[in-house]
Amino acid sequence: MRPFPAKLIIILLLMALTGLFAWAILSLPLNGTSLRTQVFANIGHSGVSNPVTAVLLNFRGYDTLLEITVLFLAVLGVWSLGTIHIPDLLQPAGLFLMALLRILLPAMMLTAGYLLWAGAHAPGGAFQAGAVLGGAGILLLLTEVRFASTIDWWPLRTLLSAGILVFSGVGLGSMALGGRLLEYPRDWAGILILIIESAATLSIGVTLMVLFVGGKPSKADGTVSMKSTGQREDKT
Amino acid sequence: MAESMTWSQWLFDLPLALVLLWLAWRLLSSTDLFKAVVLFIAFGLLMALAWVRLHAVDIALAEAAIGAGVTGALFLSALKRMNSEQQKLDDGENDDERRDV
Repeated sequence: MRPFPAKLIIILLLMALTGLFAWAILSLPLNGTSLRTQVFANIGHSGVSNPVTAVLLNFRGYDTLLEITVLFLAVLGVWSLGTIHIPDLLQPAGLFLMALLRILLPAMMLTAGYLLWAGAHAPGGAFQAGAVLGGAGILLLLTEVRFASTIDWWPLRTLLSAGILVFSGVGLGSMALGGRLLEYPRDWAGILILIIESAATLSIGVTLMVLFVGGKPSKADGTVSMKSTGQREDKT
Repeated sequence: MAESMTWSQWLFDLPLALVLLWLAWRLLSSTDLFKAVVLFIAFGLLMALAWVRLHAVDIALAEAAIGAGVTGALFLSALKRMNSEQQKLDDGENDDERRDV
């Protein structure tokens, strides 16, 4: 246990923080939705009809680009922790899990594709689709040994960085065409957003899967051998 | 929004909010980490329901998939690794302070 004064200070700080949050919420204007009118006034130019997607991918596309970059940095952080030999991570899958997976995986792929497509006009979009894809990948990691050991190095890295590369590529491309950063040409906005979201979906899915592995996957069988589950390789 | 809420909506929302607070307290105060993770997943699923009630379906989808699903799986695998590392430590050093895993 911590000594008494330290505990008291922590409690006081937490109370101060809670008070600050309460004050922040209470000081919010009740009808401070001036951005709402702006979004709905310009939604016709955004290329999509779902206001959330319009904000995320068009009006505030820069924020989303940074968010995807943060996810990418998270992978780099996890990879710097050490190497993991994926086959060591896996356990023999039970019959029930395998049977379930046969039904679930196609359904999850379909759901991810639908969420991606629906994002233009209804709730959905790259993050939701990517999350479903990532969930499917994690299920696959938990069961199918052969799949995991055949993940190739370059395809994996390409998929991981596809979101950032395509997003910033489109952003810079719109600059090259005379606009500002991430200012899509108006007629092309819809298709460009779909392209960005497709790449981002794949990246987010693979990112979540790779984060689940919890370390840099070793390249191929035999390069790193470790005795037990999830043991880190000491880098020397 | 508040004036248009009917008693049936209150009947749903109030228990939901109370259960969320209760789950949050239980999972934070639990000393059993596995139990805390399971409670966290339950919290995430109910939180998704709360987002739906707040008309934020996008966030509800993300909460259910990432908050409950992926984070829950991450926590469980981290827990497994922690336990196996702990076991190795215990086996190797034979300390007097042993922990059952």
